[in-house]
Amino acid sequence: MEQNHVEHVDHFDPVASKLGMWLFIFTEILLFGGLFIVYSVYRYRHPVEFHLAAEELNVTIGLINTIILLISSMTVAMSISALQLGNKKFSLILIGTTILLAVIFLVNKYFEWGAKIHHDIYPGSDFLMSLSKGDMLFFGLYFFMTGLHAVHIIVGVVLLAVTYVKIKNGTVTQERYSLLENSGLYWHLVDLIWIFLFPLFYLIH
Amino acid sequence: MSEHKNHISTYKSQIVVLLCLIMLTVLTVTITSVHLGPFNTAAAMFIASVKAAIVLLYFMHLKFDEKIYRFMVTLVLAIYAVVIIITFFDYLYR
Amino acid sequence: MIGNSSTNRMPSYLEYQGKYTGIRAWILSTDHKRIALLYLYSQLFFFLAGLVMGLFMKLELIAPGQQLMGPATYNALFTVHGLTMIFLFIIPGLAASFGNFMIPIMIGAKDVAFPKLNLFSWYLFILGATIILVGIFTGDGPPDTGWTFYAPYSLKTNTNVVLTVFGAFVLGFSSILTGLNFIVTIHRMRSPGMGFFRMPLFIWSLYGTAWIQLLATPVVGITFLMVVADRVLHIGFFDPAQGGDPILYQHLFWIYSHPAVYIMILPAMGAITEIITTFSHRTVFGYKAIAMSSLAIAFVGYLVWGHHMFTSGMSETARLVFSFLTFLVAIPSAIKVFNWTATMYKGSISLEPPFWWAMAFIFIFMIGGLTGLILGSVSTDVHVHDTMFVVAHFHYIVFGGAGLAFFAALHYWYPKMFGKMYNKKVANRALLGLFIGFNVLYLPMFFLGFMGMPRRYYDYLPQFANLNLLSTIGSWILATSLIVVIVNLLRAKKGTPEEMDDPWGGRTLEWKIQSPPSLENFEEIPVIDHEPYDLIEK
Repeated sequence: MEQNHVEHVDHFDPVASKLGMWLFIFTEILLFGGLFIVYSVYRYRHPVEFHLAAEELNVTIGLINTIILLISSMTVAMSISALQLGNKKFSLILIGTTILLAVIFLVNKYFEWGAKIHHDIYPGSDFLMSLSKGDMLFFGLYFFMTGLHAVHIIVGVVLLAVTYVKIKNGTVTQERYSLLENSGLYWHLVDLIWIFLFPLFYLIH
Repeated sequence: MSEHKNHISTYKSQIVVLLCLIMLTVLTVTITSVHLGPFNTAAAMFIASVKAAIVLLYFMHLKFDEKIYRFMVTLVLAIYAVVIIITFFDYLYR
Repeated sequence: MIGNSSTNRMPSYLEYQGKYTGIRAWILSTDHKRIALLYLYSQLFFFLAGLVMGLFMKLELIAPGQQLMGPATYNALFTVHGLTMIFLFIIPGLAASFGNFMIPIMIGAKDVAFPKLNLFSWYLFILGATIILVGIFTGDGPPDTGWTFYAPYSLKTNTNVVLTVFGAFVLGFSSILTGLNFIVTIHRMRSPGMGFFRMPLFIWSLYGTAWIQLLATPVVGITFLMVVADRVLHIGFFDPAQGGDPILYQHLFWIYSHPAVYIMILPAMGAITEIITTFSHRTVFGYKAIAMSSLAIAFVGYLVWGHHMFTSGMSETARLVFSFLTFLVAIPSAIKVFNWTATMYKGSISLEPPFWWAMAFIFIFMIGGLTGLILGSVSTDVHVHDTMFVVAHFHYIVFGGAGLAFFAALHYWYPKMFGKMYNKKVANRALLGLFIGFNVLYLPMFFLGFMGMPRRYYDYLPQFANLNLLSTIGSWILATSLIVVIVNLLRAKKGTPEEMDDPWGGRTLEWKIQSPPSLENFEEIPVIDHEPYDLIEK
């Protein structure tokens, strides 16, 4: 049977996309939330070992990484304002800066983890298995949670990169900027998680 | 849901927000290096929550968006909080 | 007239030809109705697979001693039976199939908010199922942990736990994205005049369900990832040797899996509300109460998970708290039953097959619910936990509840979805057979449990023999009747528009359009100027 091809009209609804991204953010909050529950239970049970184990972590690097992420949140928020004001070039510079800061964060992470692994502290290592239960749990949680967080940073970088390209080629504009706004929301989520990870792993005194 | 006119955050406001966040971060590090016992964790978590609220309200624009978003975020956080509290009914009293 | 009169009919969504032909026109389609059928067919396939596994389990239990299989096989069987029925049939449940089909139509929209994401959800569903299948048939073989994957055994057993649990993770993602899609759809795509309190109650139930899918599933997602981490990376989250707490696994698992049962039952109750209202030929009693009770169930459902863990080693305080909260959640469910009864009162009832299915649902669901009280109270639960009593309870609620509602919905919306009608007499008789078979199969299990027969054992003591034999016979009656039900549906006959567009006298929007619906559902988007379930002259 032949008839005219009916196109599924793509209604432009930025509110729907924004709501969708917020809902997705809620799932991420619950995802990491599960891990924070595990952390709280095990820290409650092994307060002393967690305290001692945390001293193995470098507060300075942690602090630098925290500030890097905070700045990157600002740059991405600014990039949205820039695009809304019609400053396409400035917006692109800010997005690029955000991505650059994210990469620096990951590089720092790489060195941090590298140092630990060099000292035989990694999940399943003989040395770690010989330590106390609290130590094993602390470092298990440390690697798993910062690892999962790093995965989310990579996803965020990809999202921002795609947004960058689409702004450049004119798909994302001053009038239609949902992709940038929502990528920004996702990026802030990544920042939010780290805001809690930092004190919980580095600042237990 | 109808939208009111789009609020555009100024660059200046965003820089101010960042400076607040950095100050609070430095405050967290300082406070936790002083020995306050169990209050260390409480203080650190409190400051972290304030930072999170600032990110949510300003960078994530909740302060300027329709009420429904703030409502949903509050609801989700409330459910999460209740779940943790109930879990601890087990661990606190074992 | 918002729909299509017989002189002005559009090609149905089944006949519509777009960019693709053949099978690609289905597996690449973003039409919510085709996606709904993709889910429906897959779910029914998995249901039948799970049914066969169940029949084999009952065959092993027909008499004491080993009949067909040893304990290892039996353990794998009940694990895969549970995984299949739960993750591949009843959790997607009515939402993925009937929700996908009906939500846009019932709210006056042309499709869901994110049609491509909708199709992607189905792809994830099939991918997750495939991963689980690979886990069953390759390598170390199917897991033998039970669908609950309790630690520490799930960390140690030499079976395909990692693969299976990862498959479940992918399925969870599918569920999350569907929930997300439905929430945005309901918020953004209602037609003009359709405020939240003019939506059909099926939509309300799907709205509550969607929030549970969104917020609870990630918790089990991360828990399964931790199980994988424990097995692969030896992290030790749940391994006591490394400081882990197996009870913490149970907490995290049930923080999802209890709300999951509300994912199963809420859409079912929503469909039952629609059916009872339609066949009582009057407006529903207590619209707001039913709508709010859906949200109340969704919310309180997050607080009761520990009632699965009364004998696990939790603190006494926790047990009392959970027991108390469990009794609370029964209240909104009861409210629904009262409202259904009140809706039927002084209604003009037509005794059509969907209505009989709904009655069967109420009867069986109530037995399930009432036995839940015994399980919800700590002192009695300790006696029957991990016995056949529990098995009976959840089959009454899940199979007799959500499962029956699934078939009730299928009988209700069949003419709308396919433009065909099945043989009503055969449908009613098959239902009777199913009802009898169901009770002969599961009722004895309550007594067996009380008498002390444990669950998840391939064998039992001689004193349990008679009731087990009776139960197995019940499984055959049930299975035969189910086959009659399905064959009867498959042999449904095409009818005229007059017969098929609105055979039941329904009052929600789907009955105002042609059967089967056209691609875009409506010629023009309807404007709603009446209360829900009002009788509108055509």
